[in-house]
Amino acid sequence: MSTLKIARIVQLPPLLLASLLFSFSSLTTPLAHADSTASTPSPMGKPLDTGSITRLAPNIYPNGQGLPDGMGLAKNGSVLYQAHCANCHGSKGEGATAQGLIGGDGPLSAHDADKTILTYWPYATTLIDTIARSMPPAAPGHLSADELYSLCAYLLAENGLWARDQPMGPKELAAIVMPNRNGFIRKFP
Amino acid sequence: MSTFLDRRVFLEQGLRLSLATAAAGALPLAQAQSEERSADKMGEMRSDALASQHKAGQAFSNYGMPSVYEKRVIRLIGSNRMVSGNGVSWTPLESLEGIVTPTGLHFERHHNGVPDVDPARFELLMHGMVARPLRFDLAGLLRYPLQSRLIFIECGGNSNAGWHEEPMQKPVGSFHGLVSCSEWTGVPLNYLLDEAGIDSKATWAIAEGLDAAATEVSIPVSKLREDALLALYQNGERLRAENGYPLRLVLPGWEGVRQVKWLHRLEFTDQPVMSRNETGEYTQLLPSGKAEQFDFVMGPKSLITSPSHGQTLGLPGVYEIRGLAWSGHGSVAKVEVSADGGQSWSTAHIDGPVMSKCFARFRAAWKWNGKPAVLQSRAKDDHGNIQPTRARLLAERGRNGYFHYNAIVSWAVDSDGTVRHVYA
Ligand code: HEC
Repeated sequence: MSTLKIARIVQLPPLLLASLLFSFSSLTTPLAHADSTASTPSPMGKPLDTGSITRLAPNIYPNGQGLPDGMGLAKNGSVLYQAHCANCHGSKGEGATAQGLIGGDGPLSAHDADKTILTYWPYATTLIDTIARSMPPAAPGHLSADELYSLCAYLLAENGLWARDQPMGPKELAAIVMPNRNGFIRKFP
Repeated sequence: MSTFLDRRVFLEQGLRLSLATAAAGALPLAQAQSEERSADKMGEMRSDALASQHKAGQAFSNYGMPSVYEKRVIRLIGSNRMVSGNGVSWTPLESLEGIVTPTGLHFERHHNGVPDVDPARFELLMHGMVARPLRFDLAGLLRYPLQSRLIFIECGGNSNAGWHEEPMQKPVGSFHGLVSCSEWTGVPLNYLLDEAGIDSKATWAIAEGLDAAATEVSIPVSKLREDALLALYQNGERLRAENGYPLRLVLPGWEGVRQVKWLHRLEFTDQPVMSRNETGEYTQLLPSGKAEQFDFVMGPKSLITSPSHGQTLGLPGVYEIRGLAWSGHGSVAKVEVSADGGQSWSTAHIDGPVMSKCFARFRAAWKWNGKPAVLQSRAKDDHGNIQPTRARLLAERGRNGYFHYNAIVSWAVDSDGTVRHVYA
């Protein structure tokens, strides 16, 4: 009997159905019977083919997980930087309408601490992740893996954290230890 | 010095009504009292005031807008010169009443503009350390039991002008207005976590938005289990584009940056992703040179919205002090107000009901004697947390904290009735 009732409800638009199933808990009419299933809603998730995620911007973790295959050189990064980044971040990375990406004066305990990639950022993977997903703002997500490594090699070399003529790939980037690597107190966990 | 009237005494005297007229909202307070009007002029005004009774009014509208006379009540925008979609817009707290922020005035913080997300093509993906990677379309999400909650959302960077050496000379909303409160309706995330079967070793979820910064942050799975909502509706209607249409993560009490708008992906893992928005930004640098990271909860805070900076009091007399209080830890337990810069305090009335992780509207009657005064409010929550003085906050957290500023705010009233922001 109740199966029949539910079958009929299912034909209602989803919104109406949801309100019928879950907001009549105080009624003692036949619908109250439907309420007994309310604590375990019908599963609505469809299987996700995880292969399809790879075409999306992956999350890049500090241990290097998620880094794309590729290789880059600082000298190529310098050219890319002048073409696509200098406008907002300054021709020497000193900052303009957007943050400086090169340099920064310590210490972080100073009255007016300078929080930059060099002085403050704990992980180099954050740099490639940020550029890959959000820069340049007019066309984010379009830089190739080689271009991303070149830009990182350039910015890190200018910050004195990478040898200018050494090719950079996923292994090299993940191995870089940033100066402020241990500068954070985690409130969680 | 100015004195406080006990609110109950005050109400008994039946002065509540005259007070409401005297301290009318966001208008310059003086206007209500100081204008002298001749009898003739009053007669003219009266017939003008009745003009609408003598001609047909406007037709119906499909979607109502604020009165044309309220055009100045808007969000103030502060955006990057080269990237117009990077920046913030502020809720004009000084012009609003009650606890619900009008949807169109809810503050914004975008990293690269408001995306256009087609609901027909939208899917929420859950993957990583799960037994069953899943995707959900909107019709599917709408089949789950929904929950509605009034929740404030505050940007972690709200009020950061408080760290400046000199007090910011702007209306309260223009430097404390990265906080708003809405009724959010959505699917408790718990249902979906169960369905996907989260690996017991997965302690973090990486949430990503569909915006042009593909904004991503790490969120403890424990918070998702506790009270996270996948919000579909805001104040009764589907989300506005700038507030995450079609789907926004709501994490009651937590800093806004975690409450990812245009949410389309949750990856479950055993480590945080260490994105820019949880390393270079939204971390609090301490005087020691070390920085606090993953400090999620917005502390207890209150502000007097009227009288506040930029408003002008009229003649001495009784005014209603009005303000907002909230705490990310739970409910506001008490709000006190002071008219002498914190030397003496009096308990304010809170309009009910008081809800957890929601705005509370407080009120207190104040008799201004025409002499200089410094108005302050301080909030206490039901977990015993008390809003600190600015001096205490600076002593503990130094000058470079930048995020999670929740110190007591002071407004100085001069003898001419002007009100300005001071550090006291
Ligand atoms: C049109 C201006 C513009 C251009 C061009 C641009 N950026 Fe940016 N960039 C910004 C803005 C604005 C921000 C701040 C974003 C935010 O607040 O979310 C930013 C932030 C960054 C950051 C984070 C800095 C920090 O300290 O938090 C990095 C790294 C970065 N950009 C790299 C690049 C690179 C590399 C390029 C070139 C491929 C580039 N940007 C091109 C405007 C620009």
